[in-house]
Amino acid sequence: MSDLPKNNNELIEKIDYNPSQKGWMDTPTEIRKGMYCYASNPKSVEYIGLPNARQWNPLDDDWKLPANWKEIVHNAFKERLDRFRSFKVFMDICVRCGACADKCHFFIGTGDPKNMPVLRAELLRSVYRNDFTTAGKIFGKVAGARELTLDVLKEWWYYFFQCTECRRCSVFCPYGIDTAEITIMAREIFNLLGLNIDWIATPSANCYRTGNHLGIQPHAYKEMIEFFVDDIEEKTGVVVEPSFNKKGADILFITPSGDVFADPGTYTAMGYLMLFHYLKEQGLNITWSTYASEGGNFGFFTSHEMMKRLNAKMYAEAKRLGVKWILGGECGHMWRVITQYMETMNGPADFLQNPVSPITGTKFENANSTKMVHISEFTADLIYHGKLKLDKSRNDNQIVTFHDSCNPSRGMGMFEEPRYVIKNTCNRFYEMPSNTIKEQTFCCGSGSGLNAGEDMELRMCGGLPRANAVKHVHDKFGVNMLATICAIDRAALPALMNYWVPGVDVTGVTELVANALIMPGEKERTVNLRDEPLPGMEE
Amino acid sequence: MVKCMFSLTVVIVLSLLAFVGAETAGFKAQFLFGIAIPYAALLIFVIGVLNRVIGWARSPVPFAIPTTAGQQKSLPWIKPANIDNPSTTGGVFVRMFLEVFLFRSLFRNTKTQLSEGPKISFNLEIFLWLAALAFHASFFTVLARHLRLFTEPVPFVIQMLEKVDGMMQVGAPGIMLSGFVLLAAVSYLLIRRIIIPQVKYISLTQDYFPLFLIIGIAASGILMRHIFKIDVIGAKQLAMGLVTFHPVIPEGIGGIFYVHIFFVSVLLAYFPFSKLMHMGGIFMSPTRNLPGNTRAFRHVNPWNYPVHTHTYEEYEDDFREKMIDAGLPVEKE
Amino acid sequence: MKLEELLEQKKKVIVDKWFDIVVDTYPTDTSRFLKSQKNPFSNPVGNTTQKSLAVLMDELLGKMDTDTINSFLDPIIRIRAIQDFTPSRAVSFLFSLKEIIRDQLKDKDFNETILIALTQFDRKIDLIAMAGFDIYMKCREKIYDIKANEEKNRTFKAFERAGLIKELPDNKTESQLV
Repeated sequence: MSDLPKNNNELIEKIDYNPSQKGWMDTPTEIRKGMYCYASNPKSVEYIGLPNARQWNPLDDDWKLPANWKEIVHNAFKERLDRFRSFKVFMDICVRCGACADKCHFFIGTGDPKNMPVLRAELLRSVYRNDFTTAGKIFGKVAGARELTLDVLKEWWYYFFQCTECRRCSVFCPYGIDTAEITIMAREIFNLLGLNIDWIATPSANCYRTGNHLGIQPHAYKEMIEFFVDDIEEKTGVVVEPSFNKKGADILFITPSGDVFADPGTYTAMGYLMLFHYLKEQGLNITWSTYASEGGNFGFFTSHEMMKRLNAKMYAEAKRLGVKWILGGECGHMWRVITQYMETMNGPADFLQNPVSPITGTKFENANSTKMVHISEFTADLIYHGKLKLDKSRNDNQIVTFHDSCNPSRGMGMFEEPRYVIKNTCNRFYEMPSNTIKEQTFCCGSGSGLNAGEDMELRMCGGLPRANAVKHVHDKFGVNMLATICAIDRAALPALMNYWVPGVDVTGVTELVANALIMPGEKERTVNLRDEPLPGMEE
Repeated sequence: MVKCMFSLTVVIVLSLLAFVGAETAGFKAQFLFGIAIPYAALLIFVIGVLNRVIGWARSPVPFAIPTTAGQQKSLPWIKPANIDNPSTTGGVFVRMFLEVFLFRSLFRNTKTQLSEGPKISFNLEIFLWLAALAFHASFFTVLARHLRLFTEPVPFVIQMLEKVDGMMQVGAPGIMLSGFVLLAAVSYLLIRRIIIPQVKYISLTQDYFPLFLIIGIAASGILMRHIFKIDVIGAKQLAMGLVTFHPVIPEGIGGIFYVHIFFVSVLLAYFPFSKLMHMGGIFMSPTRNLPGNTRAFRHVNPWNYPVHTHTYEEYEDDFREKMIDAGLPVEKE
Repeated sequence: MKLEELLEQKKKVIVDKWFDIVVDTYPTDTSRFLKSQKNPFSNPVGNTTQKSLAVLMDELLGKMDTDTINSFLDPIIRIRAIQDFTPSRAVSFLFSLKEIIRDQLKDKDFNETILIALTQFDRKIDLIAMAGFDIYMKCREKIYDIKANEEKNRTFKAFERAGLIKELPDNKTESQLV
């Protein structure tokens, strides 16, 4: 033993990672592979008219910033303090009590102290104090202030793209400080310097041009849905007939394009088609739109302005088609935007009518202003009034748990409607532990535009608390299906499950509905929408 | 640790300044610490706080972004969470009341851990909630009790408060519970900041400084009452003089009194520039003080400006032929 | 007394020390959280680690059952494989057990029987460490597999099912040419 170096770590590790010797301000940030997303494609940045479009690489020393970048940041900071009371108050009133510290899924998963929400906010606050407060200007570092440098900017960039704007911390903060709000401001500032990530910039540009994130052109959108029609016929014997861009429809249906173009969302999209067809005879007159073909809004992860620009399509299309109201599909951040932003920025929607279910006559009074109803509310109301014939046993091979998506939870408050739908379509439903669901739900780790491929380690770390709770019900109750009402969840959770809890698949709630739905004129159903044999139909 | 020691040193220097000043430099210093500085501090406090609050109020609330921590009000047969996701002003009022007086959000911290784990574990977080509550409640009580020094006759409410506060009936003058609770709670908050590495890591100088200052205030107050037993009549004379704008410096109140009043002055003057403003800020927090009814009632953004959008016409111009080929209806053939 | 009996007596201390060593590979500010938050859902890293180490120690003292070892080694390594660790640092904690054990036996007489038993015990630790390397590599491969195939699994598959991927053969030749 004596010949070995005393500290064995010297051989295998050059740097001893022990930051607490120094304060966090003196701990430099190293942008680590697997933890960041690629830089925005200049073509996308240019297309939506945002500044400083260029090729750049976060790992390079030179980020090719405009010469006056500090001035841009300072002015942008000031402008946002003047425009958003939230931002100003949140910069001032934190007492650093630490209640939020261990509530962040990224902190829990990475163990990186700068992922504590309080510290994430302090990254900005330190510069705020330096630039905008008397104490900071006089006492400098003693008052917790620091100057904005390129290293600080890089630190901001790294950590504000390690926040999914999930708002879990804000539930526990005694002053309601919402890190999502702070992250939103930071990202707005990044966009003024051309520092977006491509996974946000390109979907935003696509959405601007083609109406959806994937850049799917109208004919392809229609073709894809027609393929679903064939597939549904094959499995159920029923021919569903969706309408597109139809003037004179009563209701416009808008859902994230992920449902139409990416598995397993596609099965949820087939679910919508089947549900609408089922209700057709009862008086549902609904249309899809290729123009408003995206419910999601990656503009929300870019800036308030970009969010508004992308979201404008919803009301514009509703107006053009002359519908009475809008029905929205299963999506997370889309519903936060609809609930807390849409009417304020794109409204008033006075050309629409207060939403009423044509089947049950239920007035959705809670949506009297936005005129937009969530598919889970709509379906729950149908089930409650006995309007759907359901055979729950068809879902008996699915042992289901429900993942509350961050935005419908903490930016809307939709908890019971999807649960009601699931309980009425599945016999085997088990909840995850109470501190991981509802308002305390853990993020999938990939929200707010972070569901790229290159940041997989980050996503796996951020999703660990969620996966861990799923693993618990998987081990305990044999849960094999994770239901959710969010397209990013449907896109991101399969990878998360694949890594942490193999054997658990991901589904939308409407897919479960469609499998249980007894369609008039259907042939004997032997498989579910995924072509898996129904219970009792195994060969 | 540097941040912590620095704050402590500043507070000690401040106390020495007042004590030595009042004890040795005589009337001039007593006038300075007993009258001039308190008046100046109060002025800074009032103007500073107003300035800050008006500053916040000047920034509009463009979007209603309450944290919805409970079921929305939707279908009539689904029970809404009227407090955690209030849809009415009344609900918001209750939510704010519980936030301000019972620190409801902070309490969430403790709830699940106690009920969930394999066994009830030793849980520091509940002490944060408890200490914070004890600290604020006792601070308020102490403050209210001090009104005795500024009023003549002493209002009935204050007398009752004193009775309750002093119900232990130990010693003479009787022990006032609130002072000791205050000292204990604030000490816990300080110790917690020093010993929990996570909290220490996020702490700044301005987190330690007010804690030491308040410890100084509470300690000097208790010392005054129980150890040095200063001339209470003199103290009241000075206090009454201050509020009636006929300031006087009575003889022989004792140096410790000047330390106390100087600490209070420093706290007042420091208040508007510090995180202590959270007291006012909580009322302004848009994630708590707005109802979650934005789907039913429109929230107006005062600076909502028009933006470039990609209109349907532009879209159709871009894809018209493909749309026609695919059998999609178009506006212009 | 036999080595196993000695260690059995000190098992709790050893596992605690071992846990401390694992946790100390994280920043100090984080380690307190990892140690003190007992709710397994609020603190998956700390709780998984603790649970797994205890079982591994049991197996070292007991049957060395392959399945049990793998199923409890996997969760710790799976976590460390995606966190900010070099491969060596991700698994080195397994070797640390040797030092901890020697530390615990400091005041005991090292007669030859114990020394031999100790060498054998070290070999068991080495075995677990090798299994740890295997799991680490499997996890990394899984990550790269997910990285490479996620997009394909989601979008491509859906398009392919819909018969919308017609140009694929052309693309392939193109990319082969390049």
